[in-house]
Amino acid sequence: MIPHDETMILETPFYSRCLAACEINLWEDWKGYRSAAAYTSVEQEYFAVRSNTGVFDISPMIKYRFTGPDAEAYLNRLVTRDISKLGIDRVAYTVWCDDNGQVMDDGTIFHLGENDYRLCAYARCLDWLMWSAEGFDVTIVDETAEIAALAVQGPTSCSVFKNMGFTGIENLKPFGINRYPFEGSEVMISRTGFTGDLGYEIWVDPALAETFWDRLFEAGKLWGIRAIGSAALDMLRTETGFLQAGVDFIPAEEAIRTGRSRSPFELGLGWLVSFDKPVFNGRKALLKEKKEGSRYAFVYLDVEGNKPAEHAFIYAGSKEVGTVTTAAWCPTAKTNVAFAQVDAQYGKVGQELVAEIYYERELKWTRVMAKCTVIEGAVFNPPRKRQTPAPDF
Amino acid sequence: MINVDKKYDVIVVGGGHNGLVCATYLAKDGRSVLVVEANDCLGGASATSEFADQFSVSSCAHWLFQLNPDIASAMGLNNQGMQLAARDLSTIALAEDGNHLTINGNNLEGGDISEEDRQAFVAFNKKILKFCQLLAGAFNRRAPKLVEGNLTDRLTLAKLGLGMKMLGKEDMSDLMRLALINIYDVMEENFDNELLKGAISLDSLLGSHMGPRSPNTVYGYLYRRMGDIFGFKGPAVVKGGMGAVGQAMADAARAKGVDIEVGAAVSKINIDVDRATGVTLADGRVVNAGLVVSNADPKTTFNKLVGLSNIETGVARRVKTLRMKGDAAKLHIALDSLPAFKGLTEQQMGQRLVIAPSMNYIEAAFNASKYGEYSQAPAMDISIPTIHDPSLAPDGKHVMSVIVQYAPYELKEGWSDKSKEAFKNLVLDRIADFAPGLRDSIIASELLTPVDLEERFHIHGGHWHHGEISLDQILMMRPFPGASQYGTSVDGLYLCGAGNHPGGGVMGLAGHNAAKEIIKRGQSA
Repeated sequence: MIPHDETMILETPFYSRCLAACEINLWEDWKGYRSAAAYTSVEQEYFAVRSNTGVFDISPMIKYRFTGPDAEAYLNRLVTRDISKLGIDRVAYTVWCDDNGQVMDDGTIFHLGENDYRLCAYARCLDWLMWSAEGFDVTIVDETAEIAALAVQGPTSCSVFKNMGFTGIENLKPFGINRYPFEGSEVMISRTGFTGDLGYEIWVDPALAETFWDRLFEAGKLWGIRAIGSAALDMLRTETGFLQAGVDFIPAEEAIRTGRSRSPFELGLGWLVSFDKPVFNGRKALLKEKKEGSRYAFVYLDVEGNKPAEHAFIYAGSKEVGTVTTAAWCPTAKTNVAFAQVDAQYGKVGQELVAEIYYERELKWTRVMAKCTVIEGAVFNPPRKRQTPAPDF
Repeated sequence: MINVDKKYDVIVVGGGHNGLVCATYLAKDGRSVLVVEANDCLGGASATSEFADQFSVSSCAHWLFQLNPDIASAMGLNNQGMQLAARDLSTIALAEDGNHLTINGNNLEGGDISEEDRQAFVAFNKKILKFCQLLAGAFNRRAPKLVEGNLTDRLTLAKLGLGMKMLGKEDMSDLMRLALINIYDVMEENFDNELLKGAISLDSLLGSHMGPRSPNTVYGYLYRRMGDIFGFKGPAVVKGGMGAVGQAMADAARAKGVDIEVGAAVSKINIDVDRATGVTLADGRVVNAGLVVSNADPKTTFNKLVGLSNIETGVARRVKTLRMKGDAAKLHIALDSLPAFKGLTEQQMGQRLVIAPSMNYIEAAFNASKYGEYSQAPAMDISIPTIHDPSLAPDGKHVMSVIVQYAPYELKEGWSDKSKEAFKNLVLDRIADFAPGLRDSIIASELLTPVDLEERFHIHGGHWHHGEISLDQILMMRPFPGASQYGTSVDGLYLCGAGNHPGGGVMGLAGHNAAKEIIKRGQSA
């Protein structure tokens, strides 16, 4: 249980270790939990993931568990992907929509056993999940506080785990799940993450959280392991082209103004929509959209220069056609990347657009009209992300 | 009967009056239509049944006072043998001391009615009927959607808006004020006489889960008075009971080529991913059709026949939150002789009798139902149809039909033989307060609670309007947004029952409007 009457902000099961590691005391609120924005310096943490191993405490992530005879059918109606095709011990990224085909959230579904699933989400949505359960025999539990979780990401992450004694971890395929005995209990490891690198996420009983952290950091010492905060993660996810709910789209139930929500097609996530399955939330509206066209297109931009195109307007010639949702200079790819939403007829790969970037240096604001090119997707996409067995660094 | 060689364009689920009206209009348009009805008789809640040996009664609705005349004439119901045994009856508000108040049109007699009340009543009726006239313009067509800017919808809205303007400044602001308050306050503003206030209040809430002080009761009253616009100057008694309306409608439907299968419950509306394809009957037969039109209430349609797992969450949520819990019971009494009501002649006993001596009496009766109990002193609407139509009972004998308010669908102690017997005795005792010899002449009796009405007429919650008639569930919000123009989120599945605009009562407009909408949509339906 969350002791909401005792504290204004909750601590994760790893909090004592995060606190010790957080040298600059830079915290933020992640869905009610105290979460480190940065531990030492953002760049150092970013490079830990690209060169060694970075550890991000993902315990605050909202987690729901679905069991019961209709769990699979229930999830298949809830989300846009065909969950009947998701094997046991496999994970799938998906979005879910309201009846209007507008994205409510994105997240991952873990198939833990026969009619046993976990959904990791950005936003709390128990009311929607419960409404969706009408007519299904399914039990839904918010297990956010019942599970401690860490993202362990970077080229040496597999080596660190091997050093911890997780034999055979190198054979775990992307989006696969393995379980290992740990301190008389069990740790679940999935080859998933939000960095676009070789990496894993671990799921463990909160009572063992601190022990796990200590063992992990002990085992990772020689592989340059380091705790990372959300600021570094944001650079990492931008470089690898991952959307962030609440930043790159407004969850449909949170959008107050009409027309501010987006469909999967408008977020470049049409590949997550499976029309080959029975009714699912948004199906009718999305079929219509597919037939009649979308309002917006989601594009990845390679922006000229090194000024991040944060909040920039996008022009096609002199016509304003969209805005940037995420932008960052990506150190490894050495590319100035922006995600933008533009009017549907723009954004073909290769198209040249212009970003109107404002930036400030010592109280002086400057505007640059930076040329940008629509690119296919992630600017950082290393083979090690997919290789099985995972390479030994 | 189902014609196995026919390829049906439309299957109508449920042979209630709206289903039959809808089927007839569709058949007139040239569609081949099949109506399937679970019960053996047609008409739905417009039914007659034998409840004791040789005693029959209108087993749900017992007055005819809202049937739309255009529909009646288009279907030729008179030619199909539907006859009124009596019409334009008075309402008599019973007083325990026998000084009853008789209400007929603008006239008030007895009950120590004052001259002020008489005058106020004339003015009140004038205003109410003016409002009803305005509403009538929106009743015989689909409810307009607000946001999509469709021309037809805009015209309906413009007509409503213009109509409101034409009421004049005073009446317009009065309508907007009254629609949102409750009948108790309106009565207090207008009248002094308790019997009058009680009788009007009862009309505003019969069949609903509301008391006189509940919001929406003024709309409920306007809804009831729509009958005046349709030419009824008071309730009518149908010869042979309300089942004769269903029978005449069924005959009218058959005359237009509609096939009707009775005793065939639909267990499922078949859906092929994106479209309704037909129905599966309880006996396993599958009948296919281009369109399925459900005359079942929205909850039954989606919960049972479609399945909430086969629709999207938003719609499932709307279905779940739809308010439709019946709070009215029916009591049927077979009588050896005509009972003697204090202060009433036989002619007067043939009128509509109501037991609602004051608004507080009704409110107190409602209080019990709020907490899952039946009223200790219920309000009632009583009909003795055999005074006008002896065919319902053996010679010289009578039947009495009573609408009893309040008997909650979800009774805390549960509706068992024991609780039903206790409630029935309590109701009989209450009637006996006005007709002292009643108990001596009872041959048999039958109480139908909302649970029984649900079972017998397949209406979720036993709510005869298929959903509370209240401002949150009318017009573009009936039965719920997204299904307010008879079409549903499932392509090829339409609704035509009382749960849709304009609402329940033996009126026929929901079925009529649904048919018009389907015809209008043509090939794209």
